[in-house]
Amino acid sequence: MKLTGAQALIKSLEMESVEVVFGLPGGCILPAYDPILESSIRHILVRHEQGAGHMAEGYAHVTGRPGVAMVTSGPAATNLVTPLCDAYMDSVPMVAITGQVGTPFIGTDAFQECDTVGITRSVTKHNTLVMTAQDIPRAVKEAFHIATTGRPGPVLIDVPKDVLQNTMDWDWPDSVDLPGYKPNTRGHPKMIKDAARLILESHQPVIYAGGGILKARAAEALRELAELTGIHVVTTLMARGAFPDDHPLCLGMPGMHGNYTAVTSMQRSDLLIALGSRFDDRVTGKLDGFAPDAKIIHVDIDPAELGKVRRPDVPIVGDCRLVIEELVTAVRDLMAGGTTAPDRSEWKARISGWQEKYPLAYEPHVEGDALKPQMVLETLRDSAPDDCIVVSGVGQHQMWASQYWKFNHPYTWVNSGGLGTMGFSVPAAIGAKVGRPDKMVWAVDGDGCFQMTAQELTTASMERIPIKVAILNNSYLGMVRQWQEMFYDERYSEVYLSPDTPDYVKWAEAMGCVAFRAEHPEEVQIVIDKANEIDDRPVVIDFRTDSNEKVYPMVAPGQTNDGIVVPPFQEGHHGQGGR
Amino acid sequence: MSTATYKHHTISVLVVNQAGVLARVSGLFARRGYNIFSLAVAPTEDERFSRITIVVDVESATIEQVTKQLFKLIDVVKISELHPAESVERELVLATVKAAPEVRSQVLELVQIFEGKILAVGPDEVTVSLDGHPDKVDDFEELVRPYGIVELQRTGRIALPKLERQAPRLRAVRGKVS
Ligand SMILES: Cc1ncc(C[n+]2csc(CCOP(=O)(O)OP(=O)(O)O)c2C)c(N)n1
Ligand SMILES: [Mg+2]
Repeated sequence: MKLTGAQALIKSLEMESVEVVFGLPGGCILPAYDPILESSIRHILVRHEQGAGHMAEGYAHVTGRPGVAMVTSGPAATNLVTPLCDAYMDSVPMVAITGQVGTPFIGTDAFQECDTVGITRSVTKHNTLVMTAQDIPRAVKEAFHIATTGRPGPVLIDVPKDVLQNTMDWDWPDSVDLPGYKPNTRGHPKMIKDAARLILESHQPVIYAGGGILKARAAEALRELAELTGIHVVTTLMARGAFPDDHPLCLGMPGMHGNYTAVTSMQRSDLLIALGSRFDDRVTGKLDGFAPDAKIIHVDIDPAELGKVRRPDVPIVGDCRLVIEELVTAVRDLMAGGTTAPDRSEWKARISGWQEKYPLAYEPHVEGDALKPQMVLETLRDSAPDDCIVVSGVGQHQMWASQYWKFNHPYTWVNSGGLGTMGFSVPAAIGAKVGRPDKMVWAVDGDGCFQMTAQELTTASMERIPIKVAILNNSYLGMVRQWQEMFYDERYSEVYLSPDTPDYVKWAEAMGCVAFRAEHPEEVQIVIDKANEIDDRPVVIDFRTDSNEKVYPMVAPGQTNDGIVVPPFQEGHHGQGGR
Repeated sequence: MSTATYKHHTISVLVVNQAGVLARVSGLFARRGYNIFSLAVAPTEDERFSRITIVVDVESATIEQVTKQLFKLIDVVKISELHPAESVERELVLATVKAAPEVRSQVLELVQIFEGKILAVGPDEVTVSLDGHPDKVDDFEELVRPYGIVELQRTGRIALPKLERQAPRLRAVRGKVS
């Protein structure tokens, strides 16, 4: 069968069961937009290519299937760099297709030429420039294989215009031939035995669950391990929902803005069982003071993570789900052979003591003041179904959302953890809703973040993608303001936005959304109820929140986690780190 | 050259012979802040693959990270760290050296001692080539320097594991992953 390169490209995407492509056409990718008209694939026309990338990420986060973005060359390809980097940092499976100038023009500074493969090399798991139409199916098959196996990540395929126009003999490869790519998924049996033994010997163990749990679809296995051993679990910012917040063994989020118990139990533990987590600096605080007495079991599919930051006592390279399942078997075998764990009741009592003494808390609203952002989130949470998907931007609102929401199901929390990309929330929420149209999707956004990618709400209106957006409008780049308040003597430099400009309600309405504003506590529930009733178009709520509110607890940059600072009204006890 | 102050590691990287693969490898070094001391690339006996021999200055703790990060490149097929005692290493140097008639015989003698070749002779200069263990090339460079080096080009080292009675102890890093 003779096809054009463009037809082969779209057909290859169909062969990979792609159901939706997020994109925006232009000169060099034009040929590929013609066969889209006949394809079963849904195309969602974005308003900015960054939006296409984050939508693909949001889609991938909630479905586990690779998100696909397709854009033209030059400025469109460079607009995609941020989401590619975001996906790379958070190991999100994604395939990006970029148009390129025709092969005779490559290297001539032709109109809209840029070295896309060169520019994106360090922010993709792999990328490739396809030089003949015949190579397109193989390039697509390899891209999906690489994006979704091993440690997932973004893969980019750059296709010159003439390659899309030339004809080829359709041939779909039945396997990939990548001699340099063989991800190891099975953990080493001896290491797994060693890990099981360490687990049963430890007095103060903590499971440190990371985003790898979700990537490996290992939430159930994790739960089995935790329940079998009775070990508490912290879920990192990337792993919220991987272990249910309402489980008695769940300690919630650790790290710079983690809760006191999660942070402190890791600090005082004698064994950290790191599962698909990577000892990020936002989790460890000052590294040489991190969990000083803990032995480390580290499980990750990426061998480069083992020993990158903290040398593990038991390194295990493998898929989290397979390894945890084998770990469960190994622990069971030891138990069946009569090995018992030491009495951990004292440790558990310490944990519940911390929980009681330092719960997440905020000061109540004072009549006449702006809304407490935490109260808005609690109301939003309590009014939403248990399996509601929450997608956040980056800043204070992100930390509050992660802290105050109760994530009881995997794949219900989507955020930009590694890169911390402002503007992630609205497009990622759109992608998430496209992937899971059956679920309610709330974007929790900051006023600063919202202004970076809000135009995609037009996309959502036009495509009838009914997401809901809660803007926690504190009229500031709040997180930066917090740092200036705490570490720069309250010298506020270039962080004030404005509560009223833009008028978020008018702006949202102009983009085809329904919009509300809430300024007083008694309005909060009312507007949320109204928003939750709307299911045929996007909704935006402008919540006027308190600019002075700070995210607590906090481990100041450069401090060890022992220096965790609790909110002032809990003070008198901070800086002791649970000793 | 104060080679002694650096800790050199020689790694031999077998890569798929593909456009841009060298940029991938060198880009990774740049991005992760590792310093390349020398680098040599050429096709291997199997035309599908090329071998890149990289000498890198790092502490032993980070050489493990370097190899693990390199392994993540899809086009990297195999990595071996070659320990000096267990490998044969060679480097080629071309040098144009000042050799006025009064000192020419001394220069030629040096070249002879080092088993080098004279490639060209000018009125006041000679161009020589010599190959050998990188240490030998260092020594030669030191000894001709006083005569005046006009231009000098080294290739960077290439290496293969030594054949021993037992199988060579190639420290192949296994477990190729993502
Ligand atoms: C693209 C980008 N630019 C800058 C930053 C630095 N930054 C981190 S949080 C933040 C403030 C975000 O403001 P807003 O969206 O209003 O959220 P808030 O902290 O007020 O909740 C900034 C500027 C970033 N993370 N991303
Ligand atoms: Mg703000």
